[in-house]
Amino acid sequence: MKHPESQIIELQERAKQVRRLIVQMLCKACSGHPGGSLSSSDLVTVLYFAVLRHRPQEPHWPDRDRFHMSKGHCCPLWYAVLAESGYFPQEKLWTLRQLGSMLQGHPDRRTPGVEVGSGSLGQGLSVAGGMCLAGKMDKKDYRVYCLIGDGEMQEGNIWEGAMSAAHYKLDNLCVMLDFNGFQIDGKVADVMNVEPVKDKWKAFGWNTIEIDGHNMKEILSAYDKAGETKGKPSIIIAHTVKGKGVSFMENMVDFHGRAPTKEETEQAMRELA
Amino acid sequence: MEMIYQRDVYGKTLVELGRENKDIVVLDADLSSSTRTKIFAEEFPEQFRNIGVAEQNLMATAAGLASCSKIVFASTFAMFAAGRAWDQVRNSICYNRLNVKIVATHAGLSVGPDGASHQALEDIALMRAIPNMNIIVPCDGPQTREAIIAAARTPGPFYIRLGRAKFLTLENKGEFVFGKAQVLMPGNDAAIISCGLMVNEAVSAAEALLKRGIRARVINMHTIRPLDAGVIRQAAEETRGIVVCEEHSAVGGLTSAVDEVVTETHPVRVKGLNVRGRFGQSGDPSELLKEYKLTSGDIEKAAADIVTGNDS
Repeated sequence: MKHPESQIIELQERAKQVRRLIVQMLCKACSGHPGGSLSSSDLVTVLYFAVLRHRPQEPHWPDRDRFHMSKGHCCPLWYAVLAESGYFPQEKLWTLRQLGSMLQGHPDRRTPGVEVGSGSLGQGLSVAGGMCLAGKMDKKDYRVYCLIGDGEMQEGNIWEGAMSAAHYKLDNLCVMLDFNGFQIDGKVADVMNVEPVKDKWKAFGWNTIEIDGHNMKEILSAYDKAGETKGKPSIIIAHTVKGKGVSFMENMVDFHGRAPTKEETEQAMRELA
Repeated sequence: MEMIYQRDVYGKTLVELGRENKDIVVLDADLSSSTRTKIFAEEFPEQFRNIGVAEQNLMATAAGLASCSKIVFASTFAMFAAGRAWDQVRNSICYNRLNVKIVATHAGLSVGPDGASHQALEDIALMRAIPNMNIIVPCDGPQTREAIIAAARTPGPFYIRLGRAKFLTLENKGEFVFGKAQVLMPGNDAAIISCGLMVNEAVSAAEALLKRGIRARVINMHTIRPLDAGVIRQAAEETRGIVVCEEHSAVGGLTSAVDEVVTETHPVRVKGLNVRGRFGQSGDPSELLKEYKLTSGDIEKAAADIVTGNDS
């Protein structure tokens, strides 16, 4: 069996720890974006602990796989995963969003492990595409992973990047779509419908893999399939639950961009124990 | 005297750079024949990518390539490079201080018949507002080569502004040093500071002034960022006033940059010849320079008025 049960259990535990760090970090910072951080926690945890070729002690290792978080507001998740991987000490997490901190409110290159800062939505897929082009030009076999949001798909730049990645046959690119169905102003379907999502990416020439974004086995197998696909880029359309793991945050649009209070954090920590 | 396209020089210089460094990558947005990146594309097809009519993608892709140690030249018309893709230039390129050299052609009124939609008159202002961005506006063909080479050798983001029309080559400019203005003619009666196409007009104006006994110092401010504040302060201290001329809006361009130095250090009269509160329009470049009062005659009058005190 390629992915034994023990690995699944280990990844589930790791993701739970990542979620605990996210909630604590945001409580301490008193602001930030829990909803999307929690919905994409499983995708990114699996990436860092089972897929990505990287050296946390050597962040600029030339042959490393790259990860780019296009939906930059979910950086608490990135920071938690980077700290858990050993890019920097865990105590740095408690400086999130503070003056002078390397952990800015949106990703910044001063953080070890952050390749390119982000925050203004829609640009990251093209940035990742540029990394893929460089890899192909240099005949390197590193892969590039890019996390985008469903609301973010409303940005025109996403589709420019999508067209370009297919045109240049960037099979070293794997996009993960955190399809949680919510954006700041409400349900994505109500604000500006993005469906049919799978058909759109297929029409743009992409290999599409649709999964439950909280099922570790499906996530692992999706990364495997993306890695095996030649001649075109892959997108993992991951159906997720906004705020996943904390009952009172799940599917609550309010928690897109609001930090939990002290009491809410205590309850969340009990649920994530 | 020789008339050459700056963009021809750009294309050839890219080839020169490509021969020395395999990490040079060139991107274009469907304008490679106009911007002349095509010259590079033909020589180094593996290091060139056409991004199509998608300037946002152009700039963000350039950022991604630069994050993998490439020296990226990204070209399109100035209007779309600085305008359409401003957020990508700010957030993906400049905030990350990536090694992307934006070489924007067809800037300013001298685009001519294409008219207002294609005449970028705000690009210097837009680029000057972004931290980490270096800006060069070369005055002729040979200086374009020097600017491109300086940008390739200096780490960080660059915006290089080129024109569409053929530019007259200016002789005896002296050495090109990035960040250091060139004093083309000495004089203490007035100073004329300009960049790009207008430098040649400034020289003609100063020659005419000389015949009238007025000695105007002509300064080629080829680098707008980092600005040579010393040469501006010196001009403010040593002359009776400054004329700034640029093929750009009065807001945020070279005039504003000179004003910022002068008001802080040594307030003197600064007369800006530029485009005020108007868009461009179709016309022959020389007709447009007349219409918008950017000819050597206009510069001559402005400088003479400062010297004679007729300008109030």
